[in-house]
Amino acid sequence: MNIMNEINRRQLKKSVPGFRAGDTVCVFSKVKEGEKERVQAFEGVVVARKGSSNTETFTVRKVSYGVGVERIFLLNSPMIEKIEVKQQGEVRRAKLYYLRGLSGRAARIEEKLAETEIETAAPEQSKEVH
Amino acid sequence: MLGLLGKKLGMTQVFNEAGEPLSVTVVQAGPCPVVRQKTKAKDGYDAVCLGFDPVTKEKRISKPEAGVYKKAGVKPLKFMKEFKPAKNEGFEVGKDVTVSIFKKGDIVDVKGVTKGRGFQGVIKRCGKAGGPAAHGSKFHRTTGSVGMRTWPGRVLAGTGMAGQMGNVNRTIKNLKVVDIDSEKNLLFLRGAVPGSKNSVVVVSSRAL
Repeated sequence: MNIMNEINRRQLKKSVPGFRAGDTVCVFSKVKEGEKERVQAFEGVVVARKGSSNTETFTVRKVSYGVGVERIFLLNSPMIEKIEVKQQGEVRRAKLYYLRGLSGRAARIEEKLAETEIETAAPEQSKEVH
Repeated sequence: MLGLLGKKLGMTQVFNEAGEPLSVTVVQAGPCPVVRQKTKAKDGYDAVCLGFDPVTKEKRISKPEAGVYKKAGVKPLKFMKEFKPAKNEGFEVGKDVTVSIFKKGDIVDVKGVTKGRGFQGVIKRCGKAGGPAAHGSKFHRTTGSVGMRTWPGRVLAGTGMAGQMGNVNRTIKNLKVVDIDSEKNLLFLRGAVPGSKNSVVVVSSRAL
């Protein structure tokens, strides 16, 4: 099994930004059109991360002209040039399939505040209580 | 037909040049030392005997077997197989045959023993539908009718019935060699291969 692990590890990308479900990402993937190759951007909310190691995938959802579009990307695919994390979302679930049933404001995910901001905000509140 | 004996290591996913993911089986094939070379003059036909996987303890093989390996001047091996290559030359007893006989894009056949599933019923073994589970049904997973009436008066050959499933020799034909790692003797074959992990398979090419 050692060899299999090594084969799998060899295919992992060296620099993949850390992101989880609820984050808004922009995925730049290569698209081949005949002879030419260009880069296509797909921006949306990460709905799920599935699988592990070299076969890991993630699903990005966006609403385009009123139609929900979901695209599944292979995390370690050479066709993905870059993944940009635009915003971290505050969610309590690993899979956000419930977004499919929601629209408009209900489908909005709140931005996750940086941990330092929460820490500084918390003591002030406790003082007020006392 | 020339091939190699190997060990199935498992399945995984690799990307090809176009960036498409491919499901592949990794087989550690060879190195297979030539144990014996048969010739038309001496044996009546041309063939080459390749061995695989050295034994851990020499007492595990019988004395007649040990004699064969001693004569060839190779370490005692667990497995041996005879191939009839298109060109019966360039082989030397005692020398290894490696994955270098294959190249990327080759089409190969893989023979192995499938995973044993024991005594199985018709639903799993033959793909029959079975009956309803509830609503007063008494026909669940049994075989049911296996034929007609006085005519033909017998059960037709090939009718699916319960019995031993798996643990039989199977050959998967026309698998593509996606990649080769000659350093570690690895073959990356597109698709599935019979057997469990660490089971012995024979990878051969009809063109060689």
